[in-house]
Amino acid sequence: MASTIKREQTLDKLFSTITFSAAFLVLAIIVSIFASLFKESLTAIETFGFFGFISSTAWDPVREVFGAATTLYGTLVTTLLALAMAIPVSLGIAIFLTELCPKFLKPIFSTAIELLAAIPSIIYGMWGLFTFAPLMVEYVEPLLQDLFGPIPIIGQLFTGVPLGIDILTTSIILSIMITPFIASIVRDTFNLTPVQLKESAYGIGATRWEVIKDVIIPYSKAGIFGSVIIAMGRALGETMAVAFVLGNKHAIATSLFDASATITVTLANEFTEADSDLYLSALFYLALILLGMNFLLLAIAKTFLARKKKV
Amino acid sequence: MTEIAKRKIVNTFALSLACAAAALGLFWLIFILADVLRHGIAFITPELFLNEAAPPGMEGGGLKHAFIGQLLITFFAVLIGIPLGILGGTYLAEYGRHHWLGRLISTLSDIMISVPSIVIGTFVYAIFVKPIGHFSGYAGALALAIIMIPVVLRTTEEMIALVPWEIREAAFALGAPYYKVILQVVYRGAATGIFTGILLAIARIAGETAPLLFTSFNNMFLTTNMNEPMPSLTVTIYQYAMGPYDDWHEMAWAASFVITLFILGLTILGRIIIRWKYKH
Repeated sequence: MASTIKREQTLDKLFSTITFSAAFLVLAIIVSIFASLFKESLTAIETFGFFGFISSTAWDPVREVFGAATTLYGTLVTTLLALAMAIPVSLGIAIFLTELCPKFLKPIFSTAIELLAAIPSIIYGMWGLFTFAPLMVEYVEPLLQDLFGPIPIIGQLFTGVPLGIDILTTSIILSIMITPFIASIVRDTFNLTPVQLKESAYGIGATRWEVIKDVIIPYSKAGIFGSVIIAMGRALGETMAVAFVLGNKHAIATSLFDASATITVTLANEFTEADSDLYLSALFYLALILLGMNFLLLAIAKTFLARKKKV
Repeated sequence: MTEIAKRKIVNTFALSLACAAAALGLFWLIFILADVLRHGIAFITPELFLNEAAPPGMEGGGLKHAFIGQLLITFFAVLIGIPLGILGGTYLAEYGRHHWLGRLISTLSDIMISVPSIVIGTFVYAIFVKPIGHFSGYAGALALAIIMIPVVLRTTEEMIALVPWEIREAAFALGAPYYKVILQVVYRGAATGIFTGILLAIARIAGETAPLLFTSFNNMFLTTNMNEPMPSLTVTIYQYAMGPYDDWHEMAWAASFVITLFILGLTILGRIIIRWKYKH
């Protein structure tokens, strides 16, 4: 009897150690990702420094001068444009799903939005390159050029020959990709709004839109903010869809119709071609910066979403 | 009266915009799916699955090498990623549920799910490809496994946490040690949920391209040697789509069609299982 108990205790200890090791592995992986990327970028860090690297627009593999400014610029511009387009649409979808959608349609519509999130980015890339970019060239971009071109200052954004492989096309595709993420998180936070709050607003004669605008949205602020940050993280790290339609051009673009490059596209296109240690190290440095930005954003989003749950 | 009329107009207008946004989302989904279907289905031929790549520009090639490579890489990724994810999730939901380290790992896993997959690719390149000196199928599988682990871990944790605590107590009362309670009672209660999590994790890695670019790399030939550069469907799609030949584009579409069908099928299956589980 005593020996059985002893054996069971040993086995239990063993199983708990095994599960702990598996969980601890996640922590170990994260630490080693940071450590190994840092180690690999060391050559570039020593050569260019931090502020020198992120402020330099040079990217010249032949002369071995590298800077992150052009790729950071491309990454941030496409991400921010995508967010600007995705946020209103996602809020609309979330409002539709929680307040307007007939009950029998809800599961179908929710699944549809989730499928949009499940489509892999390479498919967005294929579609973007072969179907969407040609449509942009043929119809949308000339139209925008005619409309806004003559206006001073704004017109600058629409100069150049529309080729479809540019910042505008990329941002639109990115916005389609991140919309389902924002929409589904915001839908969940909208659903958390207490019914009593909504009903007291209806009770004093508010219209449905007024309830949404003055009760539901203010109540869900933290959730909306958190979801936007998560979506931003996704857009920053998106690779394949962008690789198809952005053109990988290292320059500070001034027009929406210019090709550009992001950190991810640069990595995807140049990593296997890097022929010198410094070149490869500069690419690792870019990856490290991307990882750092992403981690920071997600940590912020997590605090906001966690606060929402506590209230 | 006019004030009320104005508010009603604003109300109708704003709600119509919300409906329009929903319609726009649906429009993109149908547009993209219909496009992949339209382009892809015409090129689904037996040769696609039975032939290997023909020399560039020559007719009659297939993607057999890429299908086999994709299956092998995914198989090994699943082999590494799923047991580790399930065991780790078990710790978080059981032994470590009140431990600060458990909570920290849980939060970090959530963040890790959103780490750009191309960064995982550069990481595996640094720790695996560079030391051994060449690209390999194992490196690709390792990259996909790293992407999978936090996904499986978090779903397992959540599904196990749903099993009522009283059921464990009933087993404890019979004298069962904790590990037996987990293996024979908790896992049984959470099995459907964990299985769904696995399906969704496989769907997630099936479409990954970026982490494979510099780990398993690519290859135009059929190989089953995981220690060599290995072709995958997704990297092949990228290479073929960016290439100059029309038949490459056709095969890229066909491969996109197969991958999309596979992933959407898994996703829908996962949702159906969840709904069925909640009903009963």
